Amino acid sequence: MSKKTMAILLSWTLVLAVILSGCNSSSSDQEGETGSNGTDGKVTLKFMHLWPAGSSAQQNKLVNDIIKQYQTDHPNVTIKQEVLENEQYKNKLKILSASNELPDVGVTWAAGFLEPYVKGNLFAPLDDLLGDSLGEKFIAGTTEAYAIDGKTYALPIELNISPIYYNKAIFAKYNLQPPATYDEFLSVLKTLTENGEVPIALGNKDRWTGSLWYMYLANRLGGDALEKAINGSGKFDDPALTQAAAEVQKLVDMNAFNKGFNGLSNDEGKSEFMNEKAAMYLMGTWELPNFTTNPDIPQEFKDKIGFFKFPTMEDGKSDINSWVGGPGVGLFVAQNSKVKEEAQKFVQYFVEKWGESSVTEAGVIPATKVDTAAVQLPQLYIDLLNELNQASSLTLFADVQMKPAAAQAHLDMIQALFGKAVTPEDFVKNHQAAIDKGN
Amino acid sequence: MDKVMSNRLVAAMYVLPALLLLLVLVYIPIVLTGYYGLMQWDGIGAMTFIGLDNYARLLQDGTFWQSANHTFLLALFSALSLIGYLMIALVLSGKIKGANLFRKIYLIPMLLSSVAIAQLWLKIYHPSNGVLNTFLEAIGFSNPPAWLAEPSLVLYALFVPILWQYAGFYILIYYAALKNIPESLVEAARIDGASPWQIAFRIKLPLITEVIKVTIVLAVVGSLKYFDLIYVMTDGGPNGSSEVMASYMYRQAFRSFDFGYGSAVGFFLLLICLLVTWLLRKATASKDTIQYS
Repeated sequence: MSKKTMAILLSWTLVLAVILSGCNSSSSDQEGETGSNGTDGKVTLKFMHLWPAGSSAQQNKLVNDIIKQYQTDHPNVTIKQEVLENEQYKNKLKILSASNELPDVGVTWAAGFLEPYVKGNLFAPLDDLLGDSLGEKFIAGTTEAYAIDGKTYALPIELNISPIYYNKAIFAKYNLQPPATYDEFLSVLKTLTENGEVPIALGNKDRWTGSLWYMYLANRLGGDALEKAINGSGKFDDPALTQAAAEVQKLVDMNAFNKGFNGLSNDEGKSEFMNEKAAMYLMGTWELPNFTTNPDIPQEFKDKIGFFKFPTMEDGKSDINSWVGGPGVGLFVAQNSKVKEEAQKFVQYFVEKWGESSVTEAGVIPATKVDTAAVQLPQLYIDLLNELNQASSLTLFADVQMKPAAAQAHLDMIQALFGKAVTPEDFVKNHQAAIDKGN
Repeated sequence: MDKVMSNRLVAAMYVLPALLLLLVLVYIPIVLTGYYGLMQWDGIGAMTFIGLDNYARLLQDGTFWQSANHTFLLALFSALSLIGYLMIALVLSGKIKGANLFRKIYLIPMLLSSVAIAQLWLKIYHPSNGVLNTFLEAIGFSNPPAWLAEPSLVLYALFVPILWQYAGFYILIYYAALKNIPESLVEAARIDGASPWQIAFRIKLPLITEVIKVTIVLAVVGSLKYFDLIYVMTDGGPNGSSEVMASYMYRQAFRSFDFGYGSAVGFFLLLICLLVTWLLRKATASKDTIQYS
């Protein structure tokens, strides 16, 4: 063999090695994705979720504990995890769906988010699981958010409501009480701004954060008008919905929110509250660990944090116990999974275990009922759980209720509304147009 | 070695791996994007063929043209900024004190990833405790703007880090080209009594025109497909005032689940890039190229 031929052969070997090593890792992925059912009864389940150890330490530990226990109880099952950050998770789920290579078990959001996947016949119905005692364990209304045409396609594991957290020290400084009515709320805002304090922390670059404010105002003024307008049984021409939009702009004019909120992410907005530069912060109960169990946050700060319910409005159509919130994520089983039965068993096990330990270990509110008497919990947590039990209605987050394109239009409109780039009238008109498009 | 290269089969084998990669990673996706652009597709379910409807919608989409407008502004600013980079390179290539240090300073942003640069400038632009506003307040501006939240300012606020990010790259190219000019030419001009000004504009610049043309194409086409820093810093907001064509494409495909329309935007972007490259090459084509020797 001549030197030259040798050189060519070598370079080809190198190229092939690179290509094959790439293929190799993807083919082993594939094995996990579709699951394998070996002759000796060994089963591999692929589970994709969004709790990385870095950003969701408590949840990540909980997932690992549950998986470890499941594997001990079921020695023939191996569970392979794939963990991604929220945004990447959503993108990867889309791409895997396009090539029909979903993991056996994965995480999904409710309602509008779920719909394209169900219509594409990618998720398996899980009603069989609900038939057992598991069905009774869920808080009423949680599984329904995952149902389409009477079938449930995912089991929820979280439940969230959104209170307004406030800094007791800042309130005490100006002799303020947590407001119960909107007029009281406005006078709190006024006192704070007059004394040079920032009343409300908001990072509206993420858009859904501002959506919470709009949803509450719409709910307090018009009851379920917003929900009806979104699901098509009503229209956006309800005057309450326009008035709520006008009310948002009034708050902006009052300097109720921190400066530059439309250019700040939720994390940046939140840090205004965490650094005690803003007095209030409206956010879901997934923030609870930061105010109760998270060891990285000083106890001194945690002790200062209280919460109040969104104030009621005069002539408004809803009471103080109606909340904006809803189930967070739930677990689905892929329709084309080769080990569907095993996957369903795992989902059932996971939901039950999560319900038992998420409260004490992760500080998250599960979608299953919690017996608060049996466990030792921080007071703030107990108070919110009790509020949840008394909730008169739960309005699902608007961007989750809507289908993806309409949700996108809603979020963009929210940012425009807060930035005063759109009038309240155009705000509702554009919403109606987005809903009418129906995609 | 000559013998090996003269063998066509062997030559083809050398080219083949690169060609395959190019085909799989570039050309096939381009064709597929064009194909998806003809479909109504949410990325999951079945595709429906709708012909050129997506493109018709594109032409009437005000938001798209707004983002196209922002993209063209960015391209314009990038092209104009080249003048500044060229001046810096001219100064650096002369014998000035500390040229070495300055060269390194200009190169630093090239070492950072876009996301790191974005994080850095987010801190600088922070409305209440950012470096920029703290400084402005210290020198007497009582209420400096929230740069990334003002629809009228945000785009220009983003141009600063984007142009800064690429400064080192272009300065390096110009610097290398200028250093390539034989010292004897400059020396001869100096002996003939040319001023440093004349040497720069009469000798050095004409000799690197080819390089300048290449950088213009690079800068303009690069800005047409610009995405990352804007995505991290503002996500196209507030209210679309910093949306560019590439971020609009991403939003349509991955946020609104409208892959057909997103692909149409992407394909249109490709056509614009090709057109602009062709126009620029036409505009800068010259018959006689100047040679050193």
